[in-house]
Amino acid sequence: MTLGTLLLAGLFRRRGRTLLTLASIVAAFALFGLLDAVRIVFNAGADNAGLNRLIVTSRLSLIQPLPLSQLPRIQAIEGVDAVAHANWFGGVYQDRRNFFPNLAVSPAEWLAVHPEIRLTPATREKFLNERTAALAGVDLVDRFNWQTGQKIPLEGTIFPNKAGTNTWTFDLVGAMRGDGDTRSNFDGQLLFRYDYFDEGRLRDHGTVGWYVVRVHDPARSNAIAQQIDALFKNSDAETKTQSEKEFNLAFVKQFGDVGMIVSAIMAAVFFTVLLLTANTLSQAMRERIPELAVLKTLGFSNGTVCGLVLGESVLLLLLGGLGGLVAATLLLPALNGKLGAQLPPLSVTPGSWALGLAIMLGIGLLVGLPPALRAMRLRIVDALADR
Amino acid sequence: MVSLRKVSKSYVRGRQSVAVLHDVDLDIPDGDFVALMGPSGSGKTTLLNLIGGLDSPTAGSVEVAGAHLERLNSGQLAQWRAANVGFIFQFYNLLPMLSARSNVELPLLLTALSAREREQRAMIALSLVGLADRANHRPAELSGGQEQRVAIARAVVSDPRLLVCDEPTGDLDRQTADDILGLLQRLNREHGKTIIMVTHDPKAAQFASRQVHLDKGVLTDAPVV
Ligand SMILES: Nc1ncnc2c1ncn2[C@@H]1O[C@H](COP(=O)(O)OP(=O)(O)OP(=O)(O)O)[C@@H](O)[C@H]1O
Ligand SMILES: [Mg+2]
Repeated sequence: MTLGTLLLAGLFRRRGRTLLTLASIVAAFALFGLLDAVRIVFNAGADNAGLNRLIVTSRLSLIQPLPLSQLPRIQAIEGVDAVAHANWFGGVYQDRRNFFPNLAVSPAEWLAVHPEIRLTPATREKFLNERTAALAGVDLVDRFNWQTGQKIPLEGTIFPNKAGTNTWTFDLVGAMRGDGDTRSNFDGQLLFRYDYFDEGRLRDHGTVGWYVVRVHDPARSNAIAQQIDALFKNSDAETKTQSEKEFNLAFVKQFGDVGMIVSAIMAAVFFTVLLLTANTLSQAMRERIPELAVLKTLGFSNGTVCGLVLGESVLLLLLGGLGGLVAATLLLPALNGKLGAQLPPLSVTPGSWALGLAIMLGIGLLVGLPPALRAMRLRIVDALADR
Repeated sequence: MVSLRKVSKSYVRGRQSVAVLHDVDLDIPDGDFVALMGPSGSGKTTLLNLIGGLDSPTAGSVEVAGAHLERLNSGQLAQWRAANVGFIFQFYNLLPMLSARSNVELPLLLTALSAREREQRAMIALSLVGLADRANHRPAELSGGQEQRVAIARAVVSDPRLLVCDEPTGDLDRQTADDILGLLQRLNREHGKTIIMVTHDPKAAQFASRQVHLDKGVLTDAPVV
């Protein structure tokens, strides 16, 4: 037997209670592992290098339009294969709850920079030639039971038209689907043509929401991104060029500060763990007063007894916390499969392990300190006489 | 071995202070076996705690095994107890989650002995009290008499010269009590342990070589009738 045995024996004196507390600590730290992975992905800037699609937006904000006059200058940059552009239309089909992304795009270029979009040659032909044409992702076609050739009315929420209404009508020319694991990017979208849109709207003519640039050599993505931004520096429409992944992340960030949301959730969870563990330990401590008094009687110093109680608390947090992070590590691969290509793969990073470990030690010490001090101050004669 | 001079002890309860021991003088030579008797509340446990270094006197000097306990701080007292005294209580006070052997081994954690040596000594102590075959049992799996034997093994495992026992047979039947008292007598006669034992039981006191009586915090030689 060693002091360590004594520590474990004390911790598992009430096996059921300790296991329950342990389970809640495991759950809390598993949640921490998952959420912290999400937070890190949202806070980390993805690296441009190795990706061959760049998104050019206004430096000021995502919704600030850019002049179409920038297109030829971007196109002229060495190493740029194709430049497409898009406007977020924000149209509503029948009911606001039917939300799906709908974009006004430059048709030929859009298909050129997105070779992973699959559609039949006949559909492609019509989309490239008919001014009122619209392309719908297969999921939308299924969901609303649309037929090729039918008219699709959308209520514009941002752009009124020249007819003096908000209703825009498109002719569905066929379906599209994303190749392989890009399905989730395209199968729920509706695309229509920029020329029809720009002619029909009341204001902001000749502007686009963003450009999509396909570069020839992914290794030069970073350099080209900088070149584009340099081109429009100090102009009326300064740009911000990012890889598509970065752009996707920035787009999601609009909906809220993910880091802050994660921190708030985790603060609440850890506070609960704190109260729960504190309660368990102080209960355990009260039951063990006679035993601690015996240890002191035998000659164990105040410091050793204090250390034993503190050690139990820290050990409890470490066992549960490390268990939780291991659980998160095992769960994340499955989760990554579900998220598709929308986000970079999530993982429990060394940073999360370090932060988690610091939180375990912090809570362990915080929760263990009051009972440890009580144990240290315990007067033997009073405790033995149950006073 | 024990030499008390004008020892007083009082407790402060709220505003008033309650005097429990008054000017106690007591000498116990090495190798003695003393039964400490007296009515309930007379201060027996208090006196025993002073001799065992668990508490400090309000006044007077407590010299035990060559040390002036009233001059030691709590850390020094803890070390002194570990080296010089074995404690035996009425309710055994074993740790419920440890086996008999681990309970006996407990005081040895404070020594420099190796894990192997600690285990061997614990087994020797358990053999001494006749419980080597119960080494792996937990206290809950032992009878009261067996628990008290384990407690005695724990008290002697680090080979202290003094044993203090507070009503060690108070919770046992006559036969078991006599076995335990016989064991204490053997530790006194064959191993030279000095023993101070608090008891209410005149039969138990007869196992000792001498009796002292405490009444309302004052020592008397003759039993109070
Ligand atoms: N820590 C304390 N605080 C206040 N009073 C105390 C304290 N310890 C002992 N006393 C009081 O001192 C008196 C003597 O107590 P003590 O426990 O020494 O008696 P005792 O002779 O051992 O009695 P018993 O035979 O019932 O065990 C009692 O009145 C008790 O209430
Ligand atoms: Mg008593």
